[in-house]
Amino acid sequence: MITRASLIFLGALAAILMSFTALAVLPAAQLATIEPTPGTEEYYGPTRRGREVYVREGCVYCHSQQVRPPDFGADIERGWGQRGSLPGDYVYDYPHVMGTMRTGPDLHDIASRQPSADWHHAHLYNPRSVSPGSVMAPYPWLYRVVEVRGDGPDNAVPLPPEYAPGEGFAVIPTEEAEDLFAYLMTLKLEAVDTPASDAAGATE
Amino acid sequence: MSKRSERRARKQAARLDQRRDTYATGIDPVHGVWRDGVAPTNVATWRRDVDRHVRTPVVAFTLTAVFWLLVGTTFALIASFKFQYPDWMGETAAMTFGRVRPAHLNTMIWGWISPAGVAIAVWLWGRLLKTEVRHVWALNVSWVLWNIGVTVGTVGILAGYSQGIEWVEMPLAAFVFLVPALLLVAYSLLSTLRHRRVAHLYISVWYIGASLLWTPVLIVAILLPIYSGVPHATANWWFAHNILGLWLTPIGLGAAYYLIPKVVGRPIYSYHLSYLGFWTLALFYNWAGVHHLVGGPPPQWVVTVSIVFSVMMIIPVIIVGLNHHMTAFPRIKRVIWSPTLRFVVFGAVSYTVVSLQGAMQALRFWQEVTHFTHYTIAHSHIGVYAFVTMIAYGALYYLLPRVTGWEWKSKRLISLHFWTTAVGISLYIVGLTAGGVLQGFLMNNPDVPFMEIVETMKPFLWSRSIAGVLMTVGHLAFAYLVWEIVRKKGERPPGPVFFRQPPAGVYRMMTGADPDTGDGSAAHPVPAP
Repeated sequence: MITRASLIFLGALAAILMSFTALAVLPAAQLATIEPTPGTEEYYGPTRRGREVYVREGCVYCHSQQVRPPDFGADIERGWGQRGSLPGDYVYDYPHVMGTMRTGPDLHDIASRQPSADWHHAHLYNPRSVSPGSVMAPYPWLYRVVEVRGDGPDNAVPLPPEYAPGEGFAVIPTEEAEDLFAYLMTLKLEAVDTPASDAAGATE
Repeated sequence: MSKRSERRARKQAARLDQRRDTYATGIDPVHGVWRDGVAPTNVATWRRDVDRHVRTPVVAFTLTAVFWLLVGTTFALIASFKFQYPDWMGETAAMTFGRVRPAHLNTMIWGWISPAGVAIAVWLWGRLLKTEVRHVWALNVSWVLWNIGVTVGTVGILAGYSQGIEWVEMPLAAFVFLVPALLLVAYSLLSTLRHRRVAHLYISVWYIGASLLWTPVLIVAILLPIYSGVPHATANWWFAHNILGLWLTPIGLGAAYYLIPKVVGRPIYSYHLSYLGFWTLALFYNWAGVHHLVGGPPPQWVVTVSIVFSVMMIIPVIIVGLNHHMTAFPRIKRVIWSPTLRFVVFGAVSYTVVSLQGAMQALRFWQEVTHFTHYTIAHSHIGVYAFVTMIAYGALYYLLPRVTGWEWKSKRLISLHFWTTAVGISLYIVGLTAGGVLQGFLMNNPDVPFMEIVETMKPFLWSRSIAGVLMTVGHLAFAYLVWEIVRKKGERPPGPVFFRQPPAGVYRMMTGADPDTGDGSAAHPVPAP
């Protein structure tokens, strides 16, 4: 017997299934056959592990990875990318780390504007060592302090004296830091052959 | 006492007596007719029995909620102060901002407000269906699972096992406990529904019943391994927005729909409107989430659909607002004496504010400025804190004395709790909203270097931390009060705790005791009509 209560709840269930279909299933179906944009590659080895570090440390809470199209905001004028982000940039991303917050700058094209390993390692070890006034968290557990013997390690992170560990010691990246850097270097937006005004609507 | 107020009190008492008579004849003016046509001869005794019947699960879920409220508050303070002192605890991986912040969000959603919502829902269920809640064992098992789930989840996030999906950060192992816990609550409450002794389903039952179906669907749907990239982002925001809209909002609204008429002593403004409000919420709200990606890479139609539905949310919001405010405002002066009403009205007004704001800010021109800024953080705190949490406080102040048979220890502490949280959350919202808008304008001006924006935000982030400290004081007061009432410690107050003495007639209704003699022994079990 269909009671009033079951009618209410069936209706409620139908409502949520409709929106689930529209907002989760349909976009997945629509984008299932999308080609990755040039320069987008599957993550393996170091980049894969680096991405796991990025997710684990919650970088997404301060850094977005979506460059807005030219007529929406000033992302491109800021030099955060030469084009807006496209769905094809993300085909290999799980979990997605598009983010909705910019306490720090957008990172979707960080490899193009800051390719220096030294800079990234110093920044991750302590952001204020290269960017005074930054409120970013330091990640010293991705680095090791080692005693300097002879000429010192090749991969020592160059740090200003006030952040360096002291005379006779050097900071070197762990494998996780190298992986994270490798992942950051995959974040690059190459130019694609799309009309600029259509950047966000390319999949319509 | 003046002659006039005496006359008014006598009139009020007569009206209340009449209402008790209608209870005795089986016609309940608010909830309709008894299903079997027979009412218990002594409604008060019966109601007390139904209230006490769920004592164990309600108290257990409340204690869980308060415990995680304190844990979540600690995470909130740590996360907030890291903006001022980024190197503080900088050596500890588990305490880094990127882990503490999701730990805060998840303990608040799954540890504080969800168990508090379950406690409220369970208690309301007995009251509204006029029967004992069935399968209390399921609720007790659920409580155990719930605590294991939240513990596993919180420790998991701090230890670096986050799933990395916003609002679903807890590792899968946590949901292995949380989903069955939720299903057990749904099982207990929905089977109680089959044994209801009322012919009529009050609107709170609609909201809470529907949310008990929606939430497991939501969680299971987001955990399906069928997404990646852009579709994962749209599914993510469909989920995150709906946990607020289809889980916390219905419980908050359901509680307000019950408590406002109860405390002000008059029926809801328009009962027909409340149906419309329910269905429009059910049909519109769950489409709104993708406005979190306005200007981003999802297909334009998905974003547009979400914006349209976000704007359509104006309809349920205005309806619910009309119903709540038109019921409360004619007797709004009662917030002077009723702790419950004060919290619930604060929450109900916040619902109107947050939802109208949400409907407007989905628009593209608004998102262009406020997206990616602290404005969004302020908005979500109006929803989860100023609206749902404040109503939950009000509801717990109302139900715990009835469930435990004891009274709140101190009206001063309740007052402290109200003012610190109300002022704290207001400061929080004003600071971050203003800061966020400024941040957005600066970010859209390419001539302003990014580091200058970071510097400009610092005073606003300070206001957030100060607001957080204020709210923490309130939470400590609340936790102490809950602990004392559950342990039934100290001398029992001579009657219900009001901020001020209510009018004689109202006092008599609430307590069954004479306001002049203040006979406390009758404080809760109202004598037979």
